[in-house]
Formats: sequence, structure tokens, C-alpha cells
Amino acid sequence: MSGIDLKRFHRTFFEESFEGLDAMEAALLRLDPAAADAETINSIFRAAHSIKGGAGTFGFTDVARFTHVLETLLDAVRAGKHQLTVEDVDCLLRSSDMVRGLLKAAQDETPADNVSADALAAELSQRLAGPQAAASVAAPAAASAAASSAGWQVLFEPKPELFLSGNDPLRILRELQSLGDCEVRCRETQLPTLAEADAERCYLAWELSVRAAVKRERIAELFAWVDEECRLEITPLAAAAPAPEAKPAAPAAAAPAAPAAPAAPAAGTNVTPMAVARKPGEGADAKSDAAASIRVATGKIDAMINLVGELVITQAMLQQLANRLDPVHNEALLQGLSLLDRNTRMLQEAVMSTRMLQVDAVFSRFPRLVRDLAGKLGKQVRLQLIGENTELDKTVIEKISDPLTHLVRNSLDHGLESTEERLAAGKDSTGQLTLRAAHQGGHILIEVIDDGRGLNRQRILAKAAERGLPADPNMSDADVFQLIFAPGFSTAAEVTEVSGRGVGMDVVKRNIQALGGSVELSSEQGRGTTVLIRLPLTLAILDGMSVAIGDEVYIIPLSAVIESMQPHENQVKTIAGQSTVLRVRNDYLPLVDLRDLFGLSGERRNPCEAIVVIIEAEGRKVALQIDELVGQQQVVIKSLDRNYRRVRGVSGATILGDGRVSLILDVAAIVRLFGQAMAA
Amino acid sequence: MSTVAESREKQSAAVVDAPAEFLTFRLGDEEYGVDILKVQEIRGYDSVTRIPDAPDFIKGVINLRGTIVPVVDMRIKFRLGKAEYNEFTVMIILNVSGRVVGMVVDSVSDVMQLGSEQLRPPPDIAGAVSSKFITGIGTLEDRMLILVDIEKLMSSQDMALIESATVQ
Repeated sequence: MSGIDLKRFHRTFFEESFEGLDAMEAALLRLDPAAADAETINSIFRAAHSIKGGAGTFGFTDVARFTHVLETLLDAVRAGKHQLTVEDVDCLLRSSDMVRGLLKAAQDETPADNVSADALAAELSQRLAGPQAAASVAAPAAASAAASSAGWQVLFEPKPELFLSGNDPLRILRELQSLGDCEVRCRETQLPTLAEADAERCYLAWELSVRAAVKRERIAELFAWVDEECRLEITPLAAAAPAPEAKPAAPAAAAPAAPAAPAAPAAGTNVTPMAVARKPGEGADAKSDAAASIRVATGKIDAMINLVGELVITQAMLQQLANRLDPVHNEALLQGLSLLDRNTRMLQEAVMSTRMLQVDAVFSRFPRLVRDLAGKLGKQVRLQLIGENTELDKTVIEKISDPLTHLVRNSLDHGLESTEERLAAGKDSTGQLTLRAAHQGGHILIEVIDDGRGLNRQRILAKAAERGLPADPNMSDADVFQLIFAPGFSTAAEVTEVSGRGVGMDVVKRNIQALGGSVELSSEQGRGTTVLIRLPLTLAILDGMSVAIGDEVYIIPLSAVIESMQPHENQVKTIAGQSTVLRVRNDYLPLVDLRDLFGLSGERRNPCEAIVVIIEAEGRKVALQIDELVGQQQVVIKSLDRNYRRVRGVSGATILGDGRVSLILDVAAIVRLFGQAMAA
Repeated sequence: MSTVAESREKQSAAVVDAPAEFLTFRLGDEEYGVDILKVQEIRGYDSVTRIPDAPDFIKGVINLRGTIVPVVDMRIKFRLGKAEYNEFTVMIILNVSGRVVGMVVDSVSDVMQLGSEQLRPPPDIAGAVSSKFITGIGTLEDRMLILVDIEKLMSSQDMALIESATVQ
């Protein structure tokens, strides 16, 4: 064997690097430049560091060279030599994009955009070398000059609630240290016994002697963020020295980093709530979780899911056979079978859960998106993510991401008002956008909530009338809001770069319906809008109603079934002697015989002797005539077009307990098909 | 008859790219052969679920160990023999163009090895099976084997098995 072929490690390197970049981006977004906590900075640094290391090993010099510059800056931040500003964070975000671009180029073996990379690298080094460089050089210099003679005695006694405001005393101490030689004594007299101690309360106090020739204000400034939450005494050090004020030059040089930080909240966007909300311990938890997972190819998991599906079917088959056995003579066998039944279901659940991903996989892209968009639109937006840990099927996650992005864009662009408008309306100048995910029964609910201007009922109605959509001033709010989902509908007064071209909401609705989900809107004018998406947890299993026509059994997705009934003679009417309609309460629904629709043989029954199932899709209802209801069951969805082709009115197939194939009805297609047939 | 080795040699030298082994089956009075490498298995005909909007020769779909597989009845497609279904009805499961298809025939005969000297070019004929699907005629004493390019046939438009074929 001559040498090791590094190529086979490339894929892992790229995968890990992209993951690292994602983590880095997420950390950057939750980073509050004014109160950067060490753990976040460290995680950003680690990501950059491992990418640099890997890139160096594998010979991706472009990547390695750029990340080296990035790492240098981050290292300075980590060591407390460089104070992060909002601009720095922006620059770092752009850098992470750049690294991504470089990695992609390396992966595809295409030439990298070295010009922009070098430009950005230059900017990074400049940021590092800029005013801060002067600070980091000047401060020690000043300190050594005055070390023996001047300094301050600081008593810092935080109130127990300090942590709740998201402040970290260590950061302050570290910064004090950067001013010069520091002597720290910790006073733990307030410390309760372990049993009484609350991890979220601060019991410690510090006595510090800072031997640095700086102004009193310079020290007080460091405590500016906590001055209401602590007792602070700053007294000159006993060794009376030349008054610190006498040396204005050094402090002036040391100062610039801090003033930049308080400027943060004023600078346009403000997407940092998570940093504040997170407890210090959480970062560590997330890390240990990552270590406890392994990377498995999705193909393997799919194969496993298929096999378990088979097992469930086989099990059902056995159960069916066992039902014929005499329970007295075969007690042990039947007991074993029921145990098998339980274990099979549990195995199925466990296997299905391996495909489940946290909804965070989609949510995590929004902090960045919202930050960028808010900046572009000149709005102030606070994004809150709730329930990121909610799990749902990987395929659902992949398909929900585009519709969700669309909804978030819409909320930002149309929902939330500009700062002036908000202030005029007496609202907080920062708009609130919330993404919430939760489980409910076999479904997952995802809400996109904004506290913006809300939907304008009048404007929607006017627009609908303009577009010739069926609109009636007496419609319920819910019905009016549904009009937004009509193709080509947009109430935005003007088309912006972000959205408002009138494409979209109908696509959003269609995509979500294709997943077997639904979208609802609720809104209060002036208070905001909530979009509620309801989705099935998985695409692989479906709750179905099995119905029979002659010998054939079909599955109707339960989510589409409204009711089933045996119609009375006076409920069935004909129109023009051909089309049959069914009167259900005050609605006339088209009545379609599945036998006709699918061209099945067998005698047509009088609707009054058959069963009618009322199904709904895309807001339209159809009464479907069948012979009889068989039951309700969960079915594993199998593809029909893998070996065959798509069939009109059929969305897939499944295998019944007896091993037979049963077709799953495509309710949306049937409704559409029949709508067309009626129109023709 | 030449030895097997000899026939193999001749075959590789010949331009005819027909494979050496064929699975033969009967449809009515005729005998057909398909490339053995395309055959996945042979099984009995069991409960088939009908598919709406399908031509009459597509009997429906079956559950083949968890995969949904369409079944075509060649007797109906070629209008040969009587399409009866009983416990002797057999199905050849084919693996063509990455898809699995079941094909109902009257009976499966055997697996045969044909040398190039036993292969004849297909005659020009028109009918239910267009000559473009017949790669040649195999002769074996007084038996005549119609060799079918099953891959081409199953992916063709008139079998209506594949998506693009149905969009007309």
C-alpha cells in the first residue's frame, strides 16, 4: 500500500465542515456583540479551527488560507483582545458564507472566487488590526507604565438576579484584566449550602485591584451594563500615585472598543433573543447530544422502514389466520401472537422515529433570513422560535421548508409595519415574529405569528372582486382570508424585491396540501396575523378508511373524509337528467359513483342502497358513492409508479393484512377531475 | 450439434448480440424466448388488484414481497390462447429497465442455449407484435422460438407501463 488515499475522507470532511459552518452561523446569530459569552465565541472558533485544520490536511489551500485569517480574528476575540462589534458580526457572517463558497468550489473542483476571498480576508485582518489593535497594544503599554504607581480598587458585588438579565460577570472581569494587571479576590461569604443554592442566582462578590493607569470612567464603563444589578465601589488604590487623569493619551486609545458595543441595539436589526434566553448549561448539553449520534445513510433507514412495514403486514396476516383458531386449544400461540403484535408496533414506532428530525432543521435557517431581510427592508424584527425540538419526518421537513420560508418572507414584508408606522400605532418599534411548532395528535402544528398590521378584510374583498373571484361581503373572516390562497392574489400595494408578486400563497397551500396538510389563517386588524399549518407526522403512513366496491378494497385518506351516510331518496337529485347531486343539509354536492369513475364492472347500485362518503379537498366537497365501509386502519404507503405509472385518481397503494394490494384514492385529483367533468 | 464451447466462441465472433440463454414460454401454439438475465423469478398467478384506466391486458398490480408490481397478460396483448386464470397459470417476473413487471403466459417451457448458427434474422411481419421487438428466430430441431427483446417491448408505448408512454 503506497500512502493513504485521502480522497475517501473528503466527503466526511465536507459534510462535517458544512455542519460546522451551520453551527458557526447559528452561534453568530445568537451572539450579542455587547455581551458575547465565552461559550458561543468558543464554538464559533472551534468550527473555524476544525475547518482550517481539515482543509490544510486535505490540501484545500484556498479554504485553509481564508479560514486562517478568520481564525486569527476569532482567536483574538476569544482571548478578549478584540471586542466584537455589530459590524464584526456581519463581517463574520459574510465570512462564513465565503467559507461555504470556497468549500463548495473545492468540493466541485471548480476554481474558487479568490478575489472576493482575499478582499474579505483583508477586511477581516483590518478589523483585527483596526482601532482595537491600538487598544490591545496601548493598554498593556499604559499598564506597564503605570503598573507600580496607579490603579483602582474595585468592589463588585452583584445582586443575586444578575444572571437573569443575561450578564456574565466573568466577561467583565476578563475585560478588566485587559486594562492591566489585575488582582482578584473572590468573596464567597454569601454562598449558601449546596442544597439551598440556585444555579441561576449569583452569590459571589469580587474585590479587584486593577493596576492600570486609566480613568475612573473607563472602569465604570465596563460595569455600565450591570450597574443597576450590583453594588459597585471604585476607589483609588492606596499607593497614592499621579492622578490617572493626568495621562489622557493612553485611555483614549484604550477606549474605542466599548463604545462600539453599546451602539448595537440601535443598529437596524436586532435578532438576538435566543442568546439571552439560553441558560449557560444548554450549550454543553447540545454538544454531548451530538456526540451520542451516528451518521447513517438515509438509504439504510429507508430499507429498515420498508422491512418493518413488511413485518407489520406479515404480522397482520398471521393475526388474521389466528382468528380462525380455537382460542381454547391454542391459547399459548395466541398469546405469543398478541405479544408479537405489540412488539411489532413498538418496533415500527421506534424505526419510524429514526427518520424523525427536529423541526429545528428548518427553523435554524430563519434567524439568518430574518436578519438579512429585516436589514433589507429597514425594519426591526425580533424572531422567536418555540418548540424547535418538535420532531417530524425527514421528508416532511424537506418539503415544508420552502412554504415556510415564503410565509416568513410574507410576514416580514407585508405583515410587519415599518418602525415609524409601528410607533404611530403605539406599538413596540421592534416587530415580533414567532415560529412555533407543536404536536397535536398525529399531526404537527407549525404557526407563523406576527404582530403586524393584520389582514385587511376590505382590501381582500375589493381585490377579489377585481380578480373576479367569488367574494361576498357577508363572508366569514375565515372564508375571506382563504381568498388569499387563490392563484395570482396579492394585496400588497406595490411589488417589492422580497415578495408581493402574487405568486406564492397558492403555491404554499398546494405544497402543504400535497403533504396531506392544511393551512389556516387568522388575523386581527392592527394586531397581527397567524398562519397555522397542520401536517401529518410522516408521509410513510396514512390513517385510512377502507371502503369496498364489489371485491375491490380502496383506501380513502381519513383526513379527507368529512362524513359518511346512507342517503335518503329525497336527498338525491339530478341536474339536466345526467349529473346527480346529493343534498346534504343545505349544500348540493356532486355525487360520483366510484364504480363509474374507475370503470369497474358490477351492477350499479341505487345511491339510496349504497353508502356515500363525503370527501373534501382544496375547499371543494364531493360525495363519493361506494358499496360498503370496511373499516379504519393505518396503512403503509407504497409507490405505484415505481414499477408502473401514475394513475388518475390514485395517489399510491398499500398492502392489506391478507397480502392483497389496495389502491389509495387521490382525493384532490378526484375532486378536481369531477369539478372538470361537471364543468364540461 | 456443435459443442457449447464452440457455439460460445462463434457467438462472440458473430455480430448478433443475442445472449446465449433464453427462457422459453408458450402463448397459444407459439413458443417465445426472452433473455434469461431479464428474468427475476417465476411464480403462480395470485390475487391481482385491478387498476382503473388501464388497458385490458394490464391485469392490475400484485404484492411481490412488499413491492407493488404491475402484471400484464401477454395472451391478451398478443391475442393468443385463452386468458384463463387457474392454479396452473404462471407469471414470469421480469426485471427490465430497473422496473419489475409480471408477465402472464400459458406455460413456461425451459431454459435453452442457442448458438449463433441457430439464430435467424426476424422476418418482416406486421401484427400484434411489431417486428421491431423481435430480435430473431431461434431454431431447435423442428421447434421455432420467437426471440423477443423484452426490455424494448415492456418500455414501449403500446404496453402503457411507463409514464412517458401514456402521455400522448
